Amino acid sequence: MIRSRIWIVATTAVVMVAATAGTGCKKHQFDPFPASGAVADWQKTSDTRTFAAKDLWQYIDGDAEQYISAGVVSTSTSDYKYQNQLEATVDVHTMGDAAGARKILETGTSDAKPIQLGDAGVAYAQSVIFRKGPYLVRIVAYESTPGTPQALLALAHGVEAKL
Amino acid sequence: MKSRREFIKTTATGALLLGSSAAADKLGLAAMLDQNARHAATGKSKVVVARDAALHGQDGQLDEKRVLALLDRAIAAYTGHDKPVEAWKRIVPVDKVIGLKVNGLGGKGISTHAALVMAVCERLQQAGVKPGNILVWDRTARDLQACGLTISTDPNHIRVYGSDVAGFEDQPVAFGSAVNVKLAKILTRECDMVLNLPILKDHEMAGVTFSMKNMFGVVKHPNELHADGCNPGVADLNCIPVVRQKVRFTIGDAMTSVYDGGPGFHPERLWQPNALIVGEDRVALDHTAWKMIERKRAEVGMPTLEGVGRPPLYIATAADPAHGLGYNDPQHIHLLEV
Repeated sequence: MIRSRIWIVATTAVVMVAATAGTGCKKHQFDPFPASGAVADWQKTSDTRTFAAKDLWQYIDGDAEQYISAGVVSTSTSDYKYQNQLEATVDVHTMGDAAGARKILETGTSDAKPIQLGDAGVAYAQSVIFRKGPYLVRIVAYESTPGTPQALLALAHGVEAKL
Repeated sequence: MKSRREFIKTTATGALLLGSSAAADKLGLAAMLDQNARHAATGKSKVVVARDAALHGQDGQLDEKRVLALLDRAIAAYTGHDKPVEAWKRIVPVDKVIGLKVNGLGGKGISTHAALVMAVCERLQQAGVKPGNILVWDRTARDLQACGLTISTDPNHIRVYGSDVAGFEDQPVAFGSAVNVKLAKILTRECDMVLNLPILKDHEMAGVTFSMKNMFGVVKHPNELHADGCNPGVADLNCIPVVRQKVRFTIGDAMTSVYDGGPGFHPERLWQPNALIVGEDRVALDHTAWKMIERKRAEVGMPTLEGVGRPPLYIATAADPAHGLGYNDPQHIHLLEV
């Protein structure tokens, strides 16, 4: 009986320690994605998926190589919706260093509009791309409306604040 | 402009050849005519580019009725049959399982449009193909959803699911550089014939992705075929017998495209050719698609794909004697624009 109680107490202690450790890990886990409502009118509509460099082809086959050659370590992605209408995808590429993020950003087209975000950024009618340290963030909307650029920029600021 | 006599001659030849394929189907797919035999018979490969400038409405959305009408026009031009149902009966064996290989890799915004898939499915059913014998597929459910499709495994309805459900063969196959290729079971076991429904895109490595490149979606590890601008990977993969024999007709989606920055969705480089590109010769189709991208790049002042170091060399490779997949020489392509 006593031995049984000791066993239960010991097991409970181990479980509590493990749970605490797990919580600690989660607190420090990298999560650049704003939760639903954290940015006005934006809802996070999918789970975050993360791909290591070697698996990036599963997400962006064909595009992956340019990120790999720039030193990508991993890519995380999540879908969002603005005012329950405008759909968008946020990709956060964690590069090996800031130079890798710079290399990708510099491949933009000449019609890009520079924006003050992170270390550098550009905006188009339906997308925002910026870098901050080793992070390269690309936010793309699937529809062009008059309010799209402003909405994307707000979401981009929300992501930037979490990097 | 072509004379009426020339038009009748070419459309009749196309219909005759498709009729030959249909006859071969009655003998079983193993007895199918090889593409080279078809080329030998005609001397030219026919490619139809059908356009409708009003395909997208003012809201930027595709008009589904116009998509169906455009499909009918493309198929009529290719087969010489104005009645869509009769035309489709010459393209597919109606008592077999017909796969529709779409492309949702680029994600929402630059994937094969559901409106085209639905239009093809509608005509297939009218031609006599049972709904359960139509299987729309790609790599994963996510890819199919990117096309705007809903997953369904109900055998009594049009089936829509990916290789993430059906799996890949354990036994690898090979051709040339394409070694250790594990093919999708949907291709090897479930479909008797596959209609190829790619979407036209610029491609960061290959230069262009369209008909032949869409076959990367039928293998477990397509990234292993990426070396040297996917050349000769694309051509070698298309030479694998089951790919070559079952994937026989392409209805290419060039309604929306990216002329740079592909294969992912880059709205800043998006354009609407409002076209379907239809044919059997996958090399001639890709050559035609490539030139369409080059014209757009020139129009917006961009350098050629060769100028940026990524010409689609795999197209010429596919046409060489070692591969013999079709023609890339314009002299051997009968391009019909309607």
